[in-house]
Amino acid sequence: MDDLYRELILDHYKNPRNRGALDPADVRAEGQNPLCGDEIAISLSFNGGETIDDIRFDGRGCAISQAAASMLTELVKGRPVSEVASMPKEELLEELGAPLQQNPARLKCALLGFGVLKVALHRAKGTPLPEEWAGLDELEIS
Amino acid sequence: MRSFYEMSYANVHRAVYELGERSTAGYEGAREKVRELINADSVREVVFVRNGTEGLNLVAYAWGLDNLGPGDLVLATELEHHSNFVPWQYMAGRTGARFATIPIDDQGELVLEALDEIARGGRVKLVACALVSNTLGTINPVERLAVWAHERDALMVVDACQAAPHRTLDVQGLGCDFCAFTGHKMLGPSGIGVVWGRQELLQRMSPYELGGSMIRKVTLERTTWADLPYKYEAGTPPIAEAYGLGIAIDYLKGVGFPAIEQHERELTAYAMARLAELPYVRVLGPAADRRAGIISIIVEGVHPHDVAQILDTEAIAVRAGHHCTQPIMDHYGISATTRVSFYLYNLREDVDRLIEGLAAVHAKFA
Repeated sequence: MDDLYRELILDHYKNPRNRGALDPADVRAEGQNPLCGDEIAISLSFNGGETIDDIRFDGRGCAISQAAASMLTELVKGRPVSEVASMPKEELLEELGAPLQQNPARLKCALLGFGVLKVALHRAKGTPLPEEWAGLDELEIS
Repeated sequence: MRSFYEMSYANVHRAVYELGERSTAGYEGAREKVRELINADSVREVVFVRNGTEGLNLVAYAWGLDNLGPGDLVLATELEHHSNFVPWQYMAGRTGARFATIPIDDQGELVLEALDEIARGGRVKLVACALVSNTLGTINPVERLAVWAHERDALMVVDACQAAPHRTLDVQGLGCDFCAFTGHKMLGPSGIGVVWGRQELLQRMSPYELGGSMIRKVTLERTTWADLPYKYEAGTPPIAEAYGLGIAIDYLKGVGFPAIEQHERELTAYAMARLAELPYVRVLGPAADRRAGIISIIVEGVHPHDVAQILDTEAIAVRAGHHCTQPIMDHYGISATTRVSFYLYNLREDVDRLIEGLAAVHAKFA
C-alpha cells in the first residue's frame, strides 16, 4: 500500500507538470469525483492539426488524482489525437506504477484526469468514448 | 442476533405459532428498551425505521407535505448532516415554503444571534438541528432552539444519530417534537433506526409508507390506518435488527452513559492537546469542552484521503471526506477533512498512535 506514495507520485503531486489552463484553448473539459471531491479540468490546443500540441490541467484533490493528471499530460503531449483517444488506461496505470488494481476507490482517483481528457477529445474531435469509460459512472463530467 | 435468528425468527404481529410470538416479543421488547433509553412517554411514540435518514424523511414527508406551504419558513443549520438538511430543503421547495439555514461561526458554533433576523423571512414552521455535529463534534444548544421554535408555534426536529451512542438522550428534556437516530452508530446492527415523535403529532399526521401491517381495515372503497406506532411501520420490519439494537442498548446501559461520556471527554481533551503539538495540523470546530468525541482535522498540504490511506497502513481507521456535510466544507472553503472519532473502546494509546501516524504522513509529504 505504501507503494501508492512512491517517490515519483509524490514528486508529481508536489511539482505538477503542465499545471494551469490554456488561454485560448481549443477545448476544455472538467470532471469531479463526488465521492471524494476530487476535481480535474483539462484544456487542449491542437494548433489546427490532429496532434495534441499543448495541454494543461488544473484541479484539487488527493495526491493520486493530481499526480496521475500531471503524469498524463506528459504522456500525451505531442501525440496524435487518434492515438490518445484509443490509449488504454493501463498505459497510464503502468506509468503510475502504483498497486491500484486492488483498490477500486483510489483507482477512480487515478483515472479522473484520464476520463476528462477522453471527454475533451470526444468534444473537440468526435473521437469515441471508450467502453470502459461507461464503467466510471461515479465521475460526473460536465 | 444469531440466537434470535436460530431460535426466534418469524414474522411479527401475525403468527399464531410460538415462533412468531417469540419474534414479536423480541421486536416489541426492543421498542420498550428504546422508549426507556430516550425517556419517551409511550412505546406508541417509538417508530422503527431503517436508519436516521429514513426517520427524518418520514417526518419530512408525513408532516411536511401537509403542513408546509408558501409563506412558511423551514430552518436547518449550516452544520447539518445531509440527512437532516436535504429532506427539508427538498420539502420546502416542493411545497412552496422557504428554506433557510442557521449559520455557524468559524469555531463551528451555531450563531443564535442570527435567528430573529432569519425569522423575518417567513412563518417559521420547523427547525431541524443535530444534537451533535457528526463532522465538527459541536454539541448544539437544541433545548434553546426548541424553546425559540415553540415560541413561534414551530416544531423542533432533532437528529440524534451522533448523540444517542455517546450520552444520555432525553427527548422530553430536549423539548423537541421529533428525534431520530440510527442503530449502526451505537454498537447495533445496520438497517435499524428509530424516529420518535410526540403522540399527538404522530396521530394527526398522514402515513409515510403504505401497505401491509400499517392498516386497520381495507375495503374496496377505503382504508383506515393502524394504531401508533404501526401506522408508520409498513411491511415486514427489520425484526432481528431491532432485537439487535435492543441488545446493544442493554450493553451500553450496562457500561453506563455517564461513564462513556466521561471516557470520551477525557480522550477528546487529550487528543486535542496532542494535536496542538503538531504545527502542520489544523483542528476545525469548537474547544474540547464544547464538543463530543469527534475531531475534524486538516493536515497542511496533504489531502484527507491520502492522510487516511497512510494511517490505514498503521491500522488506524479514520474517515476522510465531506462526511455528508458539504455546507460545512463550503463554510471552511475545503472539500474534505480527516475525521477522528472516539467510542468507548478507544484508549489514550490510540491517540498516541494517531499522533505518530500524522507525523509520518507529514514527513512523507514535506
